[in-house]
Amino acid sequence: MNATVDPKKLIKGATGDWEVVIGMEIHAQVTSQSKLFSGASTEFGGDPNDHVSLVDAAMPGMLPVINAECVAQAIRTGLGLKAQINLRSVFDRKNYFYPDLPQGYQISQYKDPIVGEGEVLVDLPDGQQITVGIERLHLEQDAGKSLHDQSPTMSFVDLNRSGVALMEIVSKPDLRSSDEARAYVTKLRTILRYLGTCDGNMEEGSLRADVNVSVRRPGEPLGTRCEIKNVNSIRFIGQAIEYEARRQIGILEDGGKIDQETRLFDPGKGETRSMRSKEEAHDYRYFPDPDLLPLEFTQAYVDELKKGLPELPDEKKARFIAAYGVTAYDAGVLVAERAGADYFEAVAKGRDGKAAANWVINELFGRLNKDGKDVTSSPVSAAQLGAIVDLIGEGTISGKLAKDLFEIVWTEGGDPKEIVETRGMKQVTDTGAIEAAVDAVIAANPDKVEQAKAKPTMIGWFVGQVMKQSGGKANPQAVNDILKAKLGIE
Amino acid sequence: MSVDSATVRRIAHLARISVNEDEIAPLQNELNAILAFVEQLNEVDVAHVEPMTSVTPMQLRQREDKVTDGHYPNKIVANAPLTEDHFFLVPKVVE
Repeated sequence: MNATVDPKKLIKGATGDWEVVIGMEIHAQVTSQSKLFSGASTEFGGDPNDHVSLVDAAMPGMLPVINAECVAQAIRTGLGLKAQINLRSVFDRKNYFYPDLPQGYQISQYKDPIVGEGEVLVDLPDGQQITVGIERLHLEQDAGKSLHDQSPTMSFVDLNRSGVALMEIVSKPDLRSSDEARAYVTKLRTILRYLGTCDGNMEEGSLRADVNVSVRRPGEPLGTRCEIKNVNSIRFIGQAIEYEARRQIGILEDGGKIDQETRLFDPGKGETRSMRSKEEAHDYRYFPDPDLLPLEFTQAYVDELKKGLPELPDEKKARFIAAYGVTAYDAGVLVAERAGADYFEAVAKGRDGKAAANWVINELFGRLNKDGKDVTSSPVSAAQLGAIVDLIGEGTISGKLAKDLFEIVWTEGGDPKEIVETRGMKQVTDTGAIEAAVDAVIAANPDKVEQAKAKPTMIGWFVGQVMKQSGGKANPQAVNDILKAKLGIE
Repeated sequence: MSVDSATVRRIAHLARISVNEDEIAPLQNELNAILAFVEQLNEVDVAHVEPMTSVTPMQLRQREDKVTDGHYPNKIVANAPLTEDHFFLVPKVVE
């Protein structure tokens, strides 16, 4: 990945170009009913300390027992990242003190993670595709939550999240711009959601990113990095990287040097700032957790899980391009969410794939966006949209009226075919009726007729007038042909 | 392997154990005696021996993914010096 430098991605400083190098650690909450090492619920929210067992509260004598489903979810995710699955992995204790960590250590995996190297293919907005290396994925416990705004002198601690299983997914430093970083997280989120191993809900903290940023002159060795902790939206990830890269360039160009440190992103100010309190705490004294034996499973178990995996976004995209003739870009949009892809397929099956893609992306997704709705709660079903596409394909309605019809189905529901019948929305292909309308428009506008003879593009104005007279129901192609004949335009 | 007095202070700090200045030297001696004792293990050649993780040949026990515990916040905060609405209250820690 270091071989070529794309000049478009460089940042211009006062003294020349800089390359930003980004690696990410994504914390993805494992989708499971109960916690990694206890039987307490993982449900979001809940009353304070209600989803907490004595294990999560680290009461003396409590012992962790691993949740088999969390192990399966980590393996599925590893397979989805085309990564090496380690049949033997080890849980270690990462020691530090913090009020929301009652054990005084986090159970994590250090030297022997459950998943090793893999890769993610990432599509960039300009159509380019990059491969981002995955360094590892390991299982670990989440910490509790501290609230600092309830009292001027005290912090309030809720352990509901304590012990929930997380997958930490560590990328290689393969990203070279904030756009690439955003696209990577978006793609990773899509893969996790397809697999059903993490819901990807960033507002609820199910997906959080630690972003490592450094800058260097193109071709030079890696610079000193800063780690921006706990960024919880894709937009903020982009902003944090932009700010941090420019901050580091400013320091280096003024002859200073970068201190390796942990920083926090402040979304209000759009800045990163030093997180001083944790500086001295970076001595985690990892050691194997004596309460837990190594985690071992067979290749047969991995193979069985592999058989149960759904079609993943990359494969689905390739199939949509091949089977339905949609463009690579449209296919990328369609597969971004599994529910959207399923909807498209229901519309496209047995119909014109390009028309189906066009309607799903432009009309349906556009309308859902406008109303802040999800495809799963779309008022227009795939069958209804399919019927609309059929009506256009048969020439029963024009494209313009089809949009009106879509709006009617969206707000009132009903069978599109019936609506077209009962509301007289059928396209007029009867040339006699169209001819009459054309004659009327020509007779009423002799001046425009003269102009059109000199300037043939004027025909567009006539088509518009005739369509208006017909209430949008005239077949535009027929109108065009008849007009050309009557006006004597080639 | 042996530790110096600075390491003793650091270990004590990391473990949040308060140690008086006059305790440092005796602790350093004790820790070094323990380390020297354990160091005898280096005399054994274990290059071709699998690390033992359990005295009985057993595998990590796994449990089913079911909610079987929790819903007793009273018990969770019972020993806390200060609580409110089932939250633990601690002196303010803020970044």
